[in-house]
Amino acid sequence: MSEGTIAWLLTSSALVLFMTPGLALFYGGMVRAKNVLNMLMKNFFTISIVTVIWTVIGYTLAFGTDIGGFIGGLDFLGLRDVEGDALLFMVFQMMFAIITPALISGAVAERMKFSAWVLFTTLWALIVYPIVAHWGFAADGWLFAWGVRDFAGGLVVHINAGIAALALIIVLGPRRGYGTEVMRPHSLPLTLLGTGILWFGWFGFNAGSALAADGIAINAFVTTQIAAAVAALAWVIAEWMKSGKPTTLGAASGAVAGLVAITPAAGFVAPMSALLIGVAAGFLCYGAVSLKPRFGYDDSLDVIGIHLVGGIVGSVLLGVLAQSSVNAAVPDGLLFGGGAFFLKQIVAVLAVMAFTFVASYILARIVKAVIGLRAEENEELEGLDISLHEERGYVLS
Amino acid sequence: MKLIIAFIKPFKVDELKAAVTAVGVTGMSVGDIRGFGRQSGQTEVYRGAEYEVEFLPKTRVEIAVDDADVPRVVAAIEEATRTGEIGDGKILVVPLEEVVRIRTGERGADAI
Repeated sequence: MSEGTIAWLLTSSALVLFMTPGLALFYGGMVRAKNVLNMLMKNFFTISIVTVIWTVIGYTLAFGTDIGGFIGGLDFLGLRDVEGDALLFMVFQMMFAIITPALISGAVAERMKFSAWVLFTTLWALIVYPIVAHWGFAADGWLFAWGVRDFAGGLVVHINAGIAALALIIVLGPRRGYGTEVMRPHSLPLTLLGTGILWFGWFGFNAGSALAADGIAINAFVTTQIAAAVAALAWVIAEWMKSGKPTTLGAASGAVAGLVAITPAAGFVAPMSALLIGVAAGFLCYGAVSLKPRFGYDDSLDVIGIHLVGGIVGSVLLGVLAQSSVNAAVPDGLLFGGGAFFLKQIVAVLAVMAFTFVASYILARIVKAVIGLRAEENEELEGLDISLHEERGYVLS
Repeated sequence: MKLIIAFIKPFKVDELKAAVTAVGVTGMSVGDIRGFGRQSGQTEVYRGAEYEVEFLPKTRVEIAVDDADVPRVVAAIEEATRTGEIGDGKILVVPLEEVVRIRTGERGADAI
């Protein structure tokens, strides 16, 4: 690697790490004040859990010598022989492995007990994430080798986390009082600050995924900015027309939806295509979140509506808008004369959804059977901060 | 002696203070509270989900006054806090048996 590339990837790794505390604030502001610390901690502690797992075995399961296109071998166990450029790639990928399970935490807010979260995250980061990362990111992973493209993690990060969230909340059940009690965000300023940190860190996530300080990184940086901004516009316009008020939470949600949707496509599409992806993400994710009450699941902070739906929007639209003139590593999409690539992207979306749903559902059942998933009723009512952590988020005296 | 308790819109508290000090009030205590009256609740919308918020933020003001000052102080509070909109609040006047000024040990109206 050139010195420029090394500098950019070190910087990008730090940027991606910063997204996880940003996500913690994004989610933390949306829960009630009695659960804010538990929400922050479910994210922050994931940094520690996954760092250990990824170092010891996760990295080699994802990027070790391929076994049948399904998983990596154990040749890099404990980072054996991982040096120099490979070590840099390892730590950059570690940050993705951290934020992906952290994304799931928004769906289980305010009721999943902390010990259950730690066990579920450990198992999920050990088994599910490395396998899907192998499929989508490793050269011999079956999706990548087949021709599917996922620039920075639409499949591996967002669809993966979104569908895992669905499986987990089916086993977990809704919050007590969901649908009847007022469960409004306690601090939208925190949420907006978290959104800003996510947006900032996402430049490392997407432009860093070029794995070089080059023109593709620049393209990814630009498309990331455009999609985020436009999706926030689209979301706010949609809600303004439908309910009459432009909301802060809508702007924040739209920006994140746009960032999610451009993730698989950032280094593969032109800036004007990013505009289209942003519009689609803003409208479709707003629509998905609006439909949530009809399904009855308590996806508390809309992990499915934003990360799963946004990931699908971006991964499928990549099949339409990809341009080999932007990046020789991708075939042309439907709009530019391609065809097979579009279908492969759809198959990839379905494959990741099917595998991760089943695997996450089984893990959730195991955790439920072994230690239980939920906080006790009185702990949930009193708030998870004081009952599970013996702390309060806001001590005003 | 009477204790005047006023439940008012939070943004009216500075005007109230100016109005009652102008008619001779020398002390008051103020607290942020939640409650509902005839105004009942208010709707808030988050990501399209509507919530009926039943308790609204109000400010509770307590002022101890001598009997003779009650009409003037109550009138000052009314004038300062009335907007004519729903939710302006209420004023309660209740009897006050004793007042003690802790530093000096004074009792009764002198202690106010």
